[in-house]
Amino acid sequence: MFGDYSLTDLSSIFVMQGFAGLILFSVYTLMALGLAIIFGQMGVINMAHGEFMILGAYMTYLCSTFFQNHLPALFSIYFFVAMALAFVASGALGMLVEWALIRHLYKRPLDTLLATWGLSLILQQSFRTIFGPREVGVELPSWLIGSVQVTDTIEIPINGMFVMAVTALITAGVAVLMYRSRFGAQVRAVVQNRAMAGAVGIDTEKVDRLTFGLGCGIAGIAGSAFTMVGSTGPTSGQLYIVDTFLIVVFGGAASLLGTIASAFSISQTQSTLEFFLSGSTAKVITLLAVVGILMLRPQGLFTLKVRR
Amino acid sequence: MLQTSATAAAPPVIPSVIGAVAPMLAIRDLHSAYGQSEVLHGLDIAVAPGEIVAVMGRNGMGKTTLMKTLMGIVPIKSGSINVDGEEVSTLKSHSRVAKGLAYVPQGRMIFSSMTVQENIETGLTVTNERKVPQELYTMFPVLLEMKGRRGGNLSGGQQQQLAIARALASRPKVLLLDEPTEGIQPSIIREMGRTLKKIRDARGLSIVVSEQVLSFALDVADRVLVIENGNIVHESLRADIDEAQVARFLSV
Repeated sequence: MFGDYSLTDLSSIFVMQGFAGLILFSVYTLMALGLAIIFGQMGVINMAHGEFMILGAYMTYLCSTFFQNHLPALFSIYFFVAMALAFVASGALGMLVEWALIRHLYKRPLDTLLATWGLSLILQQSFRTIFGPREVGVELPSWLIGSVQVTDTIEIPINGMFVMAVTALITAGVAVLMYRSRFGAQVRAVVQNRAMAGAVGIDTEKVDRLTFGLGCGIAGIAGSAFTMVGSTGPTSGQLYIVDTFLIVVFGGAASLLGTIASAFSISQTQSTLEFFLSGSTAKVITLLAVVGILMLRPQGLFTLKVRR
Repeated sequence: MLQTSATAAAPPVIPSVIGAVAPMLAIRDLHSAYGQSEVLHGLDIAVAPGEIVAVMGRNGMGKTTLMKTLMGIVPIKSGSINVDGEEVSTLKSHSRVAKGLAYVPQGRMIFSSMTVQENIETGLTVTNERKVPQELYTMFPVLLEMKGRRGGNLSGGQQQQLAIARALASRPKVLLLDEPTEGIQPSIIREMGRTLKKIRDARGLSIVVSEQVLSFALDVADRVLVIENGNIVHESLRADIDEAQVARFLSV
């Protein structure tokens, strides 16, 4: 499959596909972070996670039209407002869902699967009713459009770099929150032993609600980033949810580093293979590799070594 | 089982240790059940401020259930739990901790993937303190040495000290320990007895410790209760305890 290309062509292809992969990696990382927090913390498999992402994308879309029509002077910075709004909207909806639905199902993990799947259908239909069935795209401010010409054959899109920077910032923020803050310590304590966490004085219900909200909020930001690489429709989230689960399981459910590493390897494989083969063949190969590795290492890529 | 019915028939004489002092922990007519099967059948226990009470009994007699019911981990069926004059039986676990209960569970249950320091910090949640009080490290110097290690990689005795330090971090009025000697070597058990008394003297808190090891109970307790099939069947002060009689309750 490499035969038709010269060596310089090939290296350029790898760099550019690698970069396209990095944007995909960013979206996956943000999605998987939220999912890993929710799954790792509560054992809840949130089938509606993709819809929380799409809610963030729609928020970004609303924000972009609002700024275009009412505040054109500030249009160049609307994206930051949009990300904040996406986080708040998805996070708030997440907390509401936790309060109304999820908290009644903590002792029935399989039922959460069904309940969140139902929720995802409800959300999809709501999106269709509110925003219409047609896919929408956002208008990017001028400074995010265009690309940097690195060499004759390699050019790198600016919005891609922006998405990556945002992802890096949020990942670092989540890492600090989980491993350096009091809230993070409480979350980890609840993850390990819910009853005991309560018995040392941690309000486990509050921690659950905030954690679920945080995970959904990050999905909202992922949606914001997603608007730069794809168009938003009511069912766009569905396409991402399976891959995201794959990433979380592949990385080792309780490990932040594992999640990032697995998002990276899966998105890079996917993106590079897609150039040379068809999209579905690329997917098949990626899935086969993941299944093979999980058979050898069922606990995922990264695990903590401690006595339990 | 014969002796059970014999002792249950004659209600035990309750020594009036408390006297005029208001109890720090007062349990009245406590019933607790797992689903339909009732485990505790109306316990009455009062613990004076600064008193160490040992609750003894064989496996399956309700010691751990008593502890878990006090902490709100096992739901209460009826009765009241009073800590320093405040009713806590309707509260969630974490609010009970805020009211002054602290718990060192059987098997220690430290957070194994978190560091020693983080483990102690979880106990600070209800006090809003940010830093681990120096006195805890003074009391357990080994924890200062190990403060960056993961809790799960500590030895059993070290984990026990960590679990006690974590409980003390919430500045409790009543400390509950469930079988603290289980799986710990004898020299450390003696050391732990000394530490518990030191904590009591330094902080004036009340301690309720459930035990199967009679020597440890005699070493630390001011008063010994024997629980059997969810009832208190024997009670005596440390000073006038009949060791042989208590030992009979414990022998299988």
